[in-house]
Amino acid sequence: MTTYALLGALEQGFAYGLMVIGVYLTFRVLDFPDLTVDGSLPLGASVSAVAITAGHSSVTAIFMATAAGFVAGAVTGILNTKFKILHLLASILTMIALYSINLRIMGRPNMTLLGQDTVVDWFAGVSGLVAYVSTPILFGLICVVAVAALIWFLHTELGLAFLATGDNKQMITSQGVNTDSIVIFGVGLSNALVAASGALVAQNQGAADVNMGVGTIIAGLASVIIGETVFGDKTISRALIAALLGSVLYRVAIALALGLKLGSFSITPSDLNLITALLVVVALVMPQMKRKMMAGRAK
Amino acid sequence: MITMTGITKAFHRGDVNEVLALNNVDLSINDGDFITIIGSNGAGKSTFLNAVAGSFPLDAGRIVLGEDDVTNWPEYKRASLIGRVFQDPLLGTCSGATIEQNLAMAVKRGKRRGLGLGVKPAEREFFREKLAVLGLGLEDRLKTSTGLLSGGQRQALTMLMATLVRPRLLLLDEHTAALDPKTGGMVLDLTAEIVESQNLSALMVTHNMAQAISLGNRLIMFHRGEIVMDIAGEEKRNLKVEDLLLRFSELRGEEGFSDRMLLC
Repeated sequence: MTTYALLGALEQGFAYGLMVIGVYLTFRVLDFPDLTVDGSLPLGASVSAVAITAGHSSVTAIFMATAAGFVAGAVTGILNTKFKILHLLASILTMIALYSINLRIMGRPNMTLLGQDTVVDWFAGVSGLVAYVSTPILFGLICVVAVAALIWFLHTELGLAFLATGDNKQMITSQGVNTDSIVIFGVGLSNALVAASGALVAQNQGAADVNMGVGTIIAGLASVIIGETVFGDKTISRALIAALLGSVLYRVAIALALGLKLGSFSITPSDLNLITALLVVVALVMPQMKRKMMAGRAK
Repeated sequence: MITMTGITKAFHRGDVNEVLALNNVDLSINDGDFITIIGSNGAGKSTFLNAVAGSFPLDAGRIVLGEDDVTNWPEYKRASLIGRVFQDPLLGTCSGATIEQNLAMAVKRGKRRGLGLGVKPAEREFFREKLAVLGLGLEDRLKTSTGLLSGGQRQALTMLMATLVRPRLLLLDEHTAALDPKTGGMVLDLTAEIVESQNLSALMVTHNMAQAISLGNRLIMFHRGEIVMDIAGEEKRNLKVEDLLLRFSELRGEEGFSDRMLLC
């Protein structure tokens, strides 16, 4: 793997890093499988592209995307808690609705940011480095700040209630916490991160596309699981850092897979969803297989 | 003073399976009353406790805890006034969190949770003191994950968490039934000690009639969603297990009688 390709993988890993952390929050911490992310990633991209085109600064555009993502996640949370719709279905409903909403926001299926000032251009200018070096650094810094803020948050009074909501709803309800509010806020926070990630991706690749969110949840899960397996999840701080590093490893693995050639067969980007799905299946089945093998040996 | 009036709850209403779980139950609890609750399976004991805790909305009735009418309060809001220990030792504590984190969450019961540090260093000494009372050595294991504790240890911890902030009412739902006799006895002693030292008002459901007689100052019996027996003071002290068994078979006899009438 060339340095150039590695830097590219780092850039992708950190750009999607916020998304992976968001998926970690819902999937692992809140125990809320949330497919909203497939819609909130392009939502973040659309909002930031439209905001930049309308003359807002690239940084403001990211914050606007984040806010939009929070609202989308909160809608899923409300559908689940207030209207008692199964979490998975609630999130699918929001995801589908977001497809139309994203088309409305952009007014067309995709939008280019060519010639517009993005955070990527801005940081390359400030740092004086070439873009393929400065961008992974910028995205890495953003991710580190987000992870640090989350680690702090999850150690506050409210953060403990957040952790307990995903662990034991009855217990934390008996301690006087309204778990509905926590779920709405938590899924909102998760999607805010995902939308921010979408904004970074759009500004990095110079375009927002209504279809760019397909498979986000699976990529996010794959990254979370890779991170857990390789770096461990003993404490919440460690698990969050592992999720971020998992995102990077996942993009490196993909870059390696794309370079793979078996005779005349080579993997193309269109095969990635299949490979990722297989990866997640293997990661989910492995622990069961291991248990069975151990049980078999014990006999 | 805690008053419950006309508590009524039917499950599967309007269905052939309709069950009148609680039928117009009235109960007044004086401050410091420690009431044991007995009754056969399906008599409505646990349903009554859940009704008080707010696990489901009532069909009718009012619940007033001291100066607060909590009838329309959701479960989490009632929790500010009510401490609870469940039959399942896993329900009362958060497995993924450490002992000190669990206690820190319990210290905040009924208070606003903000962005202050979850476990404050100043609180650790207080936690250690409280844990030392349990006599289980947990005071030296503040950073141990609760998931690693035994059922008895978790139940003792839950007991402590339910009373860390003094509740107006303590609800104990067969909280020793899932434990072995020795551990159950330990948790029961702890219960008696905490209830007495804090002068708490408590409701304790149990299947063990000897326990129901020896603990507390008042005993009530549920049958088919109604309170059929309510004795206190001297009368309760003189109560024997045989008396309760006799009462049980009387109730069953009544049922048999009505069944026979129906078949004639």
